[in-house]
Amino acid sequence: MTATDVVRDATAPGPMAPRPFRVVARRQDTHDTATLDLIPLYGEQAKWRSGQFMMLYAFGVGEIAVSISGGALPGEPLRHTIRDVGAVSHALVSSQVGDVIGVRGPFGTSWDAMDAVGGDVMFIAGGIGLAPLRPSILEAMRRRGEFRHVILLYGSRPGEGFLFTDEIEDWERNHGFTVHQGVRAGLAAVTSAPTFDPDHLLTLACGPDIMMEVAAKTLVGKGVPADKVRLSMERSMHCGIGLCGHCQMREAFLCVDGPVFNYDQLIPLLATEEL
Amino acid sequence: MTTTTTTPTVAVWKFASCDGCQLNLLNAEDELLDVAEAVTIAYFPEATRAMLPGPYDVSIVEGSITTPEEVERIKHVREISGALITIGACATHGGIQALRNYADVEEYTRYVYAHPEYIETLETSTPISEHVKVDFELRGCPVDKYQLVEVISAFAQGRRPRIPTYSVCVECKRAGNICVPVAHGTPCLGPVTQAGCGAICPSFNRGCYACFGPQDSQNCHGMADRLAALGMTSEEMIRAYRTFNATCEPFQAESLRHERARKAGAEEVEA
Amino acid sequence: MRTMGLAGLDELVAALGRAGYEVYGPRARDGAIVLAPIAGVADLPHGVGDTQDAAFYRLRDRGDAKVFGYSTAVQGLKPVLFPAHELLWKARKTPIGFDVEDADATPPKPRAFLGARDCDLRALAVHDTVLASREFADKAYGQRREGVFVVAVTCSDPCGTCFCVSQGGSPKPQEGYDLALTELLDGDGHRFLVEVGSERGAEILAEVTTTDAPPTDTAAADAVVAEATASMGRTLDTSDLHDVMYAAADSPHWDEVAARCLACTNCTLVCPTCFCTSVEDTTDLTKSMTERHRVWDSCFGSRFSYIHGGVVRESGKSRYRQWITHKLAGYQDQFGLSGCVGCGRCITWCPAAIDITAEAAALRAGLTTGATDALETAGETR
Repeated sequence: MTATDVVRDATAPGPMAPRPFRVVARRQDTHDTATLDLIPLYGEQAKWRSGQFMMLYAFGVGEIAVSISGGALPGEPLRHTIRDVGAVSHALVSSQVGDVIGVRGPFGTSWDAMDAVGGDVMFIAGGIGLAPLRPSILEAMRRRGEFRHVILLYGSRPGEGFLFTDEIEDWERNHGFTVHQGVRAGLAAVTSAPTFDPDHLLTLACGPDIMMEVAAKTLVGKGVPADKVRLSMERSMHCGIGLCGHCQMREAFLCVDGPVFNYDQLIPLLATEEL
Repeated sequence: MTTTTTTPTVAVWKFASCDGCQLNLLNAEDELLDVAEAVTIAYFPEATRAMLPGPYDVSIVEGSITTPEEVERIKHVREISGALITIGACATHGGIQALRNYADVEEYTRYVYAHPEYIETLETSTPISEHVKVDFELRGCPVDKYQLVEVISAFAQGRRPRIPTYSVCVECKRAGNICVPVAHGTPCLGPVTQAGCGAICPSFNRGCYACFGPQDSQNCHGMADRLAALGMTSEEMIRAYRTFNATCEPFQAESLRHERARKAGAEEVEA
Repeated sequence: MRTMGLAGLDELVAALGRAGYEVYGPRARDGAIVLAPIAGVADLPHGVGDTQDAAFYRLRDRGDAKVFGYSTAVQGLKPVLFPAHELLWKARKTPIGFDVEDADATPPKPRAFLGARDCDLRALAVHDTVLASREFADKAYGQRREGVFVVAVTCSDPCGTCFCVSQGGSPKPQEGYDLALTELLDGDGHRFLVEVGSERGAEILAEVTTTDAPPTDTAAADAVVAEATASMGRTLDTSDLHDVMYAAADSPHWDEVAARCLACTNCTLVCPTCFCTSVEDTTDLTKSMTERHRVWDSCFGSRFSYIHGGVVRESGKSRYRQWITHKLAGYQDQFGLSGCVGCGRCITWCPAAIDITAEAAALRAGLTTGATDALETAGETR
């Protein structure tokens, strides 16, 4: 999980220039969130790892960082689940099958969920935070036999809705996931101590800063080592390659040192507001 | 030039103002040809006699509200407009004529007009946004023509206008200007003022007059302390903060702070 | 070592021009010394000095004929090698999508800088590390940087905001130059002692009329350096500075700075090591062509840390903290060096007279006993 692990796309013309990708499938997930499947207009499909993000570009509107929500197996289309919260995300969510959008990346560190093989793995998602976790969840599903407990805690804000509900049902019914899901339910579930062995647990969390911090603190309080809790941080990622400076959090460039961090690296950074 | 029914219709309206902002749209000669292709100018008395009936997709409003008639007219404009964009310091913050807000309008009317009894005016000059919902405010006295074309393009294309809200200093430094307060001792309001003009005044070695109104992170109090260090008096500071955007909150608060101090006859301005 | 007169300096500028360089040097413009293209020594600021202090810069008549008798120019080499504005790419709509073309990749004409100071060269080394030696490099910077020829000059007259010596610098250029000059003006005349820093420096110098430097010139040059070293306008206590800055994250002093800070961005835009940028897109009215431009940005802007839902660094104090903490501590973790070269530009050009050396000292002094303990603990664990 270091910057040098980043998988680079050798076919990209330059790290700052987007490649055109066509929308080949679109699904409306909630009232404001949609999932797009993308394949490149020219050249090879990008290669990525779970937890990484792309810079997605709506022609003439602008560019934003969006995590990859699709599996990282070869041959899969690039998949992004996007929430309509601003001008660019609105344009992206509004795109239809056949439309072309720009893609740069992949960027950043990965979840490396397979570090948990032999033990328990817990996914904690808040709202749209389930999307970046999905690639790792799929990995855990495919290799279910190599883990003991697989736990998903998924909470959303009132009115926000839930993502991937059909899949969650499948994970729970057919793959032996323990799922706690509901409005603001994820955090409550952490505190109510679901079944896990603190000495053999890897936790991957993605959601609002405050949710992740409370979850991490709670787990550490229950004896989970801080370096076995991984959080995906979000700041203003613009270039994705550590050059523009926007996503800095004290000494960390979130776009290359993150977005996935071990909680022990983040403890000093989360201690101060507005850092 | 072709116009089709699919291009958005644009109307340009004037309230209390000098017409300078509308003229800046006309000054954007080359860009205007493109504008004319991208939108249908349906109502623009300053530029054309052709007047298509409303409603309009986009209304561009210049000027402030200074008369009872204008109060009613802007409501009508709002009703027949899709998006309403205000342009210039008059429309966004009341303009220079908002100096009346700090004076006795009845007395002024007596001095200026031979028959003040025929003059029907309000006590104040107020921004359009105090009367109707405004979709975008473009600052400046006058507005910058490139910014104006950008705003029209953005609305025609259904995207957010790319109008920076940082300080004039950013434009000065990018342009390689020498900082006039530091190197010449010239008072300059650039640090508290929103960019967009291309730092015109400092480019000619003059201080910024803040005609684009406050930047998004202004510190008008801290600025006043520095202006005082360059020798500006409280009275000059009241003028500096009132010239073009007298009604905008941060400038108004700072000008009132100095006015109170002056009225109290205090040597030092309250902290 | 060789020495040359003003005529030799003029020959040097001409030789650089013949070698294909666009030569930048100091010029007086609008009451300040700027680095700009020059044609010869006639363009240099003869007899011009400067006086600098917090929020204060004035040129002065030196009363002598020195051409490098000023301290720091308004900007370092940054505006030339890392320009304030740059086209990244253009994209055009096509029937099936859109095509992106990179900006014109023609390598720019190589630049030569006459008059660069040690602080300028150390700032250049910082940019080389930040922009051109990490996993992802700034290609355009690398291209512009590659052919640069540096004629450095010893600083004879540091100004009131200079503190390079505190930051490991020196009035005498240490490394990163092709030629280094020390300007001497005394009873023996007006001349420049030349040191060669590279092979191509020697090649260019071979085209210039020089003579062997007498030992007295070397001694005179050493005296210039010693005097300048002793006349730094400011100092910065750098002991444990990295840890001090991190430990001061919750200091009440930030509020005090924020009351003065105008969030105007000037400190960042004159800083020779600041590298933050934003992109700006332009779109034609028919929305068929679009361009992406990169411009200098600043951590003092409100939009800088914006993500959907709000601004991460909303308060003025958090932005000043970000900047000074990054300069004096964050760079060390990120790049293994300080982000501050002690050039003093942020002090001179801050219209609110905020002084990085004074604020760092106040933050150090304001550390509570608890924080100092934490600092010691941090020092032990590092």
